[in-house]
Amino acid sequence: MAKTIVPIGPYHPLQEEPEFFTLTVEGERVVDIDVVVGYNHRGIEKLSEKKTFDQVPFVVERICGICSTSHPFAYTLAVEDIIPMEVPERAKYIRTIIAEGERLHSHLLWLGLAGHFLGYNTVYMWAWKLREEILDVMEILSGNRNNYAMFKPGGVRRDIKAEDIPVCMKKINSILPTLDMLRKAVMDDPVLAARTKGVGVLTREEAIDYSALGPTARASGVARDARKDSPYAAYDRVKWDMIVTKNGDVFDKVVVRVLEMYETYKIMKQCFEELPSGEIDAKIKSIPPGEGIGHIEAPRGECFHYVKSDGTNSPVRHKVRAPTYMNLPTYKATVVGETISDATIILAAIDPCYCCTERVAVRDVKGKKLYTGEDLVRLSQEKTKYMRERS
Amino acid sequence: MRNDILKYIQERFKSDVIDIFDKSPKRVYIEIKSEAIVKVACYMFKDLGARFNIASGVDMREHMEILYHFTIEDLDLVISLRVKLAKDKKLEIDSLAPHFKAANWIEREIRELLGIDFKGHPDLRKLLLPDEWPKDVYPLRSDYEEWDKGAIRDRGV
Repeated sequence: MAKTIVPIGPYHPLQEEPEFFTLTVEGERVVDIDVVVGYNHRGIEKLSEKKTFDQVPFVVERICGICSTSHPFAYTLAVEDIIPMEVPERAKYIRTIIAEGERLHSHLLWLGLAGHFLGYNTVYMWAWKLREEILDVMEILSGNRNNYAMFKPGGVRRDIKAEDIPVCMKKINSILPTLDMLRKAVMDDPVLAARTKGVGVLTREEAIDYSALGPTARASGVARDARKDSPYAAYDRVKWDMIVTKNGDVFDKVVVRVLEMYETYKIMKQCFEELPSGEIDAKIKSIPPGEGIGHIEAPRGECFHYVKSDGTNSPVRHKVRAPTYMNLPTYKATVVGETISDATIILAAIDPCYCCTERVAVRDVKGKKLYTGEDLVRLSQEKTKYMRERS
Repeated sequence: MRNDILKYIQERFKSDVIDIFDKSPKRVYIEIKSEAIVKVACYMFKDLGARFNIASGVDMREHMEILYHFTIEDLDLVISLRVKLAKDKKLEIDSLAPHFKAANWIEREIRELLGIDFKGHPDLRKLLLPDEWPKDVYPLRSDYEEWDKGAIRDRGV
């Protein structure tokens, strides 16, 4: 059968980070996939070298709009590793609350998008409505719905007021009933299960070989979570469980994220209840020459920062490694062998900071047939509809 | 356990390990000869079951330096393998990508940003920089100078 090239990319308006996929298909089967990134290479690492240690958190915060706290978090840990030092207890708890709030809204955002791709626009609406509550909480705590600017080397910038805590808890509690409903809708729906079970499987061996991270690895049975493996902030002071499933398909990736939201809720609740009093900033005087590594568990996996200092007030080298950098190449293992209508959800299943499906064009070798990104989403939605009617 | 592993690495790769810097309970830096990188890295990844975090290249003016960061999750330990490449010789090192896939992208990135060649890498296309980027211009080197004056205009400055 003749091979057909399917270009996907490079811009997607829903999530940032442009990427360009080339799917080679035979009929409906994907036989090869290639990824081109770098359309929006901003040179953040080079830019960091020209900023002072206190300015860099503001730069790295703008790497990603969704997980905007994970980069400053990893960076501050790296700087604190150079010195080395401990931050005050209260700052640790506040950091945990901010990071977990971000995980909650990031997972909800992904769940909504996944629902949309599969033709479940109700899930999309519900999930994004719940997300608003979390963004309100973040606004109460930090003053911003996103880009919270809470982190600085040595502690946090803003304190949490005692009178805000009941308001925040009430808002977080209010999402639980709807979250239960969403969980049941995801776990029990036969069509959703048929669409996602056994689709886009990443085996345990492949997950290790690609060094996959976060929910992508945990869905494949690799128990890997920086919060447990290398406890930072207040994660070793609160009780929570790591969610690990073993099938590695899209369904398991959904399950891991949905169940993880409950763990996040547990962590936030305990942090609010046990928030110790005291200082929030250790007030770093100077940063000695040396090098430091900070790694934290972002919503999508481990975020890794390496900072090298020569004793001046700005870093000489700052390496940023976002989790998608390791998760993205797993496409080669998951998409090949699947159909085009499943490619959309598999590509979305690793929760990439992802930008592909809008500018999608499908054409045969002679350039006759043409699908756009909307057509691909429609194709995916029609498949669900067809299966729903048949069941 | 942690110290046993460090001791074992020192003994097993006696002729390749130059220095072990035990920075803190969670961080260790091991400087090795550049020829031995595949041997040591494969031992870390396959035998010790360490996860490959990432590599980071630095232009140290006198020499080039690559750090390969590995995490042993059970021990909560980050081991960074440090390799120094002299600038007067050809900048090249053996590729890790044929041995584990996680190293594929970062080697492509280091190659275009710092100009270090990876011998035996299966796919040496550009990763981040545009195709029209000039040859022999490496943005993360210390002697890099802005070459594209048009880029300023595009930024709206």
